[in-house]
Amino acid sequence: MSSTAIVGASGKRTGAQLIWETLVREGVQVAFGYPGGTIMPAYDAMPAYAIRHVLVRHEQGAAHMADGYARASGKVGVAVATSGPGSTNLVTGLATAMLDSVPIVAITGQVSSKLIGSDAFQETDITGVTLPITKHNYLVTSVDEIVPTLREAFYIAQSGRPGPVLVDITKDAQQASTEFVWDQNPVRLAGYRPDNRASRSDLEKAAELLAQAERPVIFVGHGVLRGQASSLVQELVEKTGIPVASTLLGLGGFPATHPLSLGMMGMHGEAWVNHAIQESDLILALGMRFDDRVTGNLKTYALGAKKIHVELDPAEVNKNVKVDLPLLGDVAETLRGLLPLVKSRQCKAWVDHIMTFKGASAVRDIQNLPPSGRLFAAHVIHDLWRITQGKALVVSDVGQHQMWEAQYYKHDYPRKLITSGGLGTMGFALPAALGAKMARPEDEVWVVAGDGGFQMTAAELSTCAQEDVKINIAIINNGFLGMVRQWQQFFFGGRYVATPMRSPDFVKLADAHGLKGFRVEKREDIEKTVAEARTTPGTVLIDFRVEQEDSVYPMVPAGADLHDMIRRPSPIVETAEEP
Amino acid sequence: MFKGTHRTFIAYVEDKPGVLNRVTSVFRRRAYNIESLTVGRTHHAGVSRMTIVMEADDDSARRFVANLYKLVNVLYAEDTNSASTVERDLALIKVKTDSTSRPAVMQLCEAFRARVIDIGPEALIAEITGTDDKIEGLLEVLKPYGVLEMVRTGAVAMRRSAETPPIEHDAIFNGRSSQPPAEAPTS
Repeated sequence: MSSTAIVGASGKRTGAQLIWETLVREGVQVAFGYPGGTIMPAYDAMPAYAIRHVLVRHEQGAAHMADGYARASGKVGVAVATSGPGSTNLVTGLATAMLDSVPIVAITGQVSSKLIGSDAFQETDITGVTLPITKHNYLVTSVDEIVPTLREAFYIAQSGRPGPVLVDITKDAQQASTEFVWDQNPVRLAGYRPDNRASRSDLEKAAELLAQAERPVIFVGHGVLRGQASSLVQELVEKTGIPVASTLLGLGGFPATHPLSLGMMGMHGEAWVNHAIQESDLILALGMRFDDRVTGNLKTYALGAKKIHVELDPAEVNKNVKVDLPLLGDVAETLRGLLPLVKSRQCKAWVDHIMTFKGASAVRDIQNLPPSGRLFAAHVIHDLWRITQGKALVVSDVGQHQMWEAQYYKHDYPRKLITSGGLGTMGFALPAALGAKMARPEDEVWVVAGDGGFQMTAAELSTCAQEDVKINIAIINNGFLGMVRQWQQFFFGGRYVATPMRSPDFVKLADAHGLKGFRVEKREDIEKTVAEARTTPGTVLIDFRVEQEDSVYPMVPAGADLHDMIRRPSPIVETAEEP
Repeated sequence: MFKGTHRTFIAYVEDKPGVLNRVTSVFRRRAYNIESLTVGRTHHAGVSRMTIVMEADDDSARRFVANLYKLVNVLYAEDTNSASTVERDLALIKVKTDSTSRPAVMQLCEAFRARVIDIGPEALIAEITGTDDKIEGLLEVLKPYGVLEMVRTGAVAMRRSAETPPIEHDAIFNGRSSQPPAEAPTS
């Protein structure tokens, strides 16, 4: 059935050459990797191809860089590693990409096919290891399978609900030669049907529910960003006046400074957002999966609300929350179908009601309190937002600073926040930021990381120096594993077990890498230091020494009802001012 | 664990190495307990068919089918609860018998339409095909004589009607299959 055509110079190629030949044709410009025994044939063939290779310091970094690259570009990120430890070091990065639906193709070397199963040197059953944390994976033992398998891998990674795909290629397959054949036809897989589309009648039902609701809320999730549906969401909001709440990964999917933007929902969502959800009578959820960090206790979650769930992945429908109307499909396509059916309306009374909660909360916010002379993380994030005019591409790590970033850096633009949401991978930010910068060199990139998470992958500073990339690193340094410390304070009787952390002198660490480092201990120093960092060439690190035992508020304890929040002590700064 | 009933699922999968592992991984990670799983070739080249029996309520059954569909190598999956099906299981039962007890045991086998396929001086082997109930029934009456060994194939299931799963070889392998994904409940 399918016709095949040889494109370009025909003739024999080694498997190693075919790998790069295919990657170039898939549009790959950058690969992040680390060589080793079984992937050496591929590396040996690489220089002949127009692909920039970034040598990482640990393969976890390669996976996170590919992830950051993919999230920033919308394309597939590529990570390369050798067999055994090279491949197992990718695992955390693959799991991170899996839970956040990020398209990555990871290529690993494998011992020669005749050695497989013999516990050969650096042999790991990596397709077995990564089976539950990849969208799909392959073991390639023959040179003839290399091209079709890699094409399938790219197709699977980026179609439907995206995800990581691992292709494990034996050394002998890389060394053998075969005729280069390129199939011009699009990839088709018998058992893989990534496209779903909501029916017209279901869209009509959704429009009807939107017209009838008195207290509706729109949820914006990662699917809005991946589906490039932000402007359609805005159109829907302009037409209906329905307020918008966002998941962590959805931030930027709807402008944070829009009057109808409520902000982030969930465990560290603002109180007015969570109250609005609990009081709502209709939820239109766009490209999100009702994660437990978003819902709290499912038994008491938004009980009065009918739920419309726009979702690509049928396995997500009714997984956590029972929905009344699932609309399977891409968010943008679904909204394009829905918009003409939606009647214009307003929600003024409902929005005014929510704003009274908001007003009451605002007085507790650190931004509205007089300066105490002490440096709080919220100050740092707020000032960063102000100085960069909200336009920086921020890559946050995992922990307290991640939540403060989500609360205080107002993301008005899509794809300006990259963070590990589902897996919560500490050490993600620095490598992901490097990958993101490769994808969008024109963007101002800021890493926001804690002192703990930063040290997990700090070796990649060296990669930043070698690749001569310009990223800015803000370490929110409180001398603790802050989020765990906060839980210890709230739920473990204040016993700070294994959370105080002594860190190296980060300024000297930057210096050791030939990079510029600064330290900021007072709020008044933020402005000029950030300004200097922005204009200094090369990667710059700022060590912000912030209040040590500050906590993220509000907080819904794990498993508690969404409206049952630990609120900001009121007022936090007056307490801090006491000698 | 699950309060649900036994349910039978049918899955058509590509006949490739590792596919069984991928399917069983869906049970493993979600802690579903498999009652039985059979797998074998079909009359379509390159396509295998699985029959899976496990305890599941409506929700977990729906989610299980949706998760099977997420596997790239799964061509078709269904929960047969929604269709009228026939189900058969085959068992070989070795019963302790001597010349005195043999006639009685053989009589019981006959009553259950089981075939005696081997007779030795101290034991015989009965072969029975049928539903789970029927096999359990025979087992129950043979127990007093001493069941030495038993093996079961696990259930295989098939729809009654002429309607077949959309698994026509050409349709599948040219990507024209239009099997919708897991039904999205609307109530």
